[in-house]
Order: sequence, then C-alpha cells, then structure tokens
Amino acid sequence: MNLMMLLEMAVSGFGDRVAVRCGDEALRYEQLFAAAGAAAGEIAAAGCENVALLDVNSLAVPVALFGSAWAGRPFVPLNYRLTDYELESLAERIAPSLLVAAPERADALRKLPGAKVVTRDEFLGRASGGASRDADWPMDPDAIAVLLFTSGTTGAPKAAVIRHKHLVSYVFGSLEFGGAGEDEAALVSVPPYHIAGMAAIASSIYAGRRMVQLASFAPEAWIETARRERITHAFVVPTMLGRIVDVLEGAPAFGLPTLRALSYGGGKMPLPVIERAMQLLPGTDFTNAYGLTETSSTIAVLGPEDHRAAAASDDPALRRRLTSVGRPLPSVEVAIRDADGKPLGPGRSGEVCVRGEQVSGEYLGRGSLVDAEGWFPTRDAGFVDDAGYLFLEGRIDDVIVRGGENMSPGEIEEVLHAHEAVADCAVVGIPDQEWGEAVAAAIVLRPGRSATVAELQQWVRERLRSSRTPQRIVFRDELPYNETGKLLRRRVKAELASEAG
Amino acid sequence: MARLKTGTRLKSAVCNTQVMVVSAPDADVELTCGGQPMIDAAASPPPGATVSPDAAKGTTLGKRYVNADGKLELLCIKPGEGSLAVGGQALVLKEAKPLPSSD
Repeated sequence: MNLMMLLEMAVSGFGDRVAVRCGDEALRYEQLFAAAGAAAGEIAAAGCENVALLDVNSLAVPVALFGSAWAGRPFVPLNYRLTDYELESLAERIAPSLLVAAPERADALRKLPGAKVVTRDEFLGRASGGASRDADWPMDPDAIAVLLFTSGTTGAPKAAVIRHKHLVSYVFGSLEFGGAGEDEAALVSVPPYHIAGMAAIASSIYAGRRMVQLASFAPEAWIETARRERITHAFVVPTMLGRIVDVLEGAPAFGLPTLRALSYGGGKMPLPVIERAMQLLPGTDFTNAYGLTETSSTIAVLGPEDHRAAAASDDPALRRRLTSVGRPLPSVEVAIRDADGKPLGPGRSGEVCVRGEQVSGEYLGRGSLVDAEGWFPTRDAGFVDDAGYLFLEGRIDDVIVRGGENMSPGEIEEVLHAHEAVADCAVVGIPDQEWGEAVAAAIVLRPGRSATVAELQQWVRERLRSSRTPQRIVFRDELPYNETGKLLRRRVKAELASEAG
Repeated sequence: MARLKTGTRLKSAVCNTQVMVVSAPDADVELTCGGQPMIDAAASPPPGATVSPDAAKGTTLGKRYVNADGKLELLCIKPGEGSLAVGGQALVLKEAKPLPSSD
C-alpha cells in the first residue's frame, strides 16, 4: 500500500485531465506522475531521510508529496510562519533532510542543521521533463507517508505520524474512485502543513477532481479564484469562512454561482458565521467535517441535508444540530468514555474516542496512544445525542472544574456569542480560592456596540445555571488565534489568571 | 489456498487485472481471476494459461468487489478481462454509498 497507488489509478482512469493548477501553471495526472518519479530520483540521490517543504501552496507540494512516497521517505511540510530559531530545532529532528523552500527563504534556510536546501523552482525544474520510470515504489503499508508538526497550542510541537495505510484508508473509506465529474474543481487554500491540505491532495487525485491551489489564503483572492476557475468544491477553516462572508456581504451581487459544496472544519464554527454563509450561498451544500491530524483528517460529517433541516427547523433540538459535527464516517467508530475509560450512553459528556483504519494516534518518538482495542482518545470533550450526532465541548484540558462541577467553555461561549454586542469571546477557568476554579471570559465587542459586565453576566445567568456565569469579564480588541484559526486558549487563560490577582 | 493480508497487491495470472486487498477473512481462501489463482504483483504468470470463458465478465478500475459475507473486499487498481471469484463463488460489485465531500 502506497499513496502512489492513488495517483497510478488516476493516470489509468483519466491521465489526460488536469490534476492541479496554481496560477498559470498546471499538471495533468500523467505529468504529475512523471514529475513524482523524477522527484523520487532526486530524493534518493540526495541521501536524505526526510523530505521537508517550507513554502506556500504550489505545484511543488503534490510533486513533493508523491515523490517522497515513491522514494519511500516521509514528507514533512513545515509551517512557514515559524521563526528561524524554531525551525532549527525541527530541522535537527528530521535531519538529514532535503528541504524544498520558498525562493525568498532559501538563503536563510541553508544554515539549518542537516538540511539540503533546494528552491521550489529548482525542485520543479528537475522534476519536470524527467524520463519515465518503472513503478518501483515500496509497498510497505506501515511506512510513514507524512509527518506533521502539530500547531503546539498545548506545548512544544509534536510530530504526528501518518502512515501510508492511514491516508489511503481515509481515501478508500470516504470516496469513490473517479467520482468527480469532469467539470468539478476543488479550491485548496489551507496551507500544506495542515492535515486538511494533505487530505485534499489525496482525495482530489482519487476522485479525479481538478485541484486549484491558492498560494495562501486571502478572502478577496479566494472569491476571485472561485469565480474565475468555476470552483465547485472547497474546504475552509472557520476563520476563513468568516472573512469570506464579510467580503461577500459587501458585494452580494455576484455570489459564487458554481460553488456546489463548501466543507469546513479545523476548529469550532461560530453559529452566526454558518447561518450568514447559508443565507448568502443558498445554492451551496455545506458540510461540517470533524477530524484531527492524528486521525488523517475527517472522521465525522454533518452533511448538507442536516444543515438545511436544522436551519429550517423551529424545534430547538433539531436547530441545535447546526452546532454538531455530525455522524461518524461508515469506516470510523466513535465512543464517548468517562475518565476511567468506561463507555457512556447518549447525552452523557466525556472524552471522544475513535477507532478505524485511518486513525494513527501516534507521535514520532513517543509511540502510539491507540489502546489494545484500537481506540484513540482524542482529548476532545463531547457527547452523542439520541440520533447519533456528535457534539464537541472543547478540549478535555480546557474543561473548567468549579467546586467539583465540570463545565465546558464552549457551552458558555455559545450563549455569549448569541448576545448582539458580542463579536467574539473566550471562556476559561482561572484559579479561585473558594471554588478551585472560577469562570472568566474575554469579550470582543462588535464595532459601535456596547455591553457592560453586569449585563453580560445577567445574560448568561438567565440562560444557564448560575454557576456558569463568568465571575470575571474583560474586554479586548481581539483574541489571540494561530494562523489556521485555532484560539490560543492557554494564552487567554494565562492573561486572565495574572490579571485576576 | 492462501491467507490474504490487507494492503497486499495481487495480479491476475491470465489478464491485466490487479487488485488491492481492502479487507480479508481470517482464513485461507482460493482467490481467482479469469479462473486461475491470482499471484503476487511482482511474480511472473505461469505460461500458457488463458481466461476461462465462464470467468470473463471483466473487472472495472476503481470498483470494489466483495464476497457473500462481505469479509473479503478487493479494490480493482488495474482492469482486465477476467472476473474475480473466491472458492469458486463470483465476487460481486459493492454498492457505493456517496458521502458529502469533506475536503
């Protein structure tokens, strides 16, 4: 089993169709296959153990991914927002490496330990026009396909290990080969170092859906590209959708008439954002895709029918499904467990655990977190309702324990978000002498709106138990997020705790 | 007779068909294509054998084939003229259940 098998099948099925386009450049499936073979030769000759890439999206990303697979080396896309100092420690961990670099970063990166640097253009130049090669990639399903350094919102970066069998199983479990029509095109705007970026390549190749890459995300460029390239499918993280909606609302005349399916994931979607998006794009199918790096991306989906039924319903229980992440893929099992590992029934909150062929649950040098029965504890808190819909309640480590009562920040944030003056908010636990932890909230107000601390406390008290009312509320101009839209909750918590004094 | 391993790539001894084992029963099975036992993808086919006329319905690229109890599942990665069978029972096309696009 090897990722290359997906590309090999695509070549047999529809080799002359365009596989990927970036700006004015494009590769057909057969060209991508040939480039991967030539890149594999370069990789083998470089004497490296890993193939790293520090760059925005370009044709070099799929060529390096498949070239690495062909050469039997792990592909390691790195975050281009890391400082040179941070990169140094990551480079040491993957040395010796071949590093494909953005042209403007190449010179500085040559100082990195154990890295042989090649610019994007050099790499693509050597890979194109190479002689055809026998399909001699290794078939070991346990070989590492991708190493992804996790975003580090909870400590020093760990390298999640995604093996060929995980990524290929994900594709087999979620897609039909050649299922995309010839007119279909997927807009890839998540960075290459995000699991969704890797999954998008594997999925698009297997489905036969033309990929259109956006070098890096900006809402205007995303909308312009979607219109120009007649994009039919796209995946975005919630912050991206929020910014797209803001721009679309300013220029509603055009819309996105070709966009059939928009999926989102990678963080909690604020209810107002998805509601506005559905109103602005009534012809688009929305899908919430829940997954983690350690699960080779998507493990549960809330599909278009669920979105429409929830949005149209007056029944609060049905309407609430818009905040659910849906039901597990047929190839994945989900269980909710308590702190002792005991399974919990519907409606009971605990840790979300998953099992399936695509689940890796492993970090380089730290071994696997998957238990003897194949279950991976995600550290996400959540519950499953009577109909099997999964609801997330934040990270287990973010749960606030006040006087022995467990509270999910997400539940309180949802209520605060519903206040008309609140643009954004974060709820965290801060140390409290009496209760162990107390509820605190950082609030960003909408421009031109106001709300007092007492008013917001009253708002929460009227809607949730009084114990969930934030004892402390502070106002901020903005909240700290990482570049893919994950709230840096630890930073908010540290700030509020130190100010509480 | 052989025990099949998930992820293994096999080819037909008598046509262009190649498959990957998606799931396999925990038992020895006789897997054939075109009426002849399938062989390892790297092995050389025995000389002289041809597709048997009663096993010549063909395989289709990218389709999945399953046995009656669903324990054996193969994915066709190269199509050919022969058809797949296990223990003399023809494998059948697995119905695809479309999922919403998630990436």
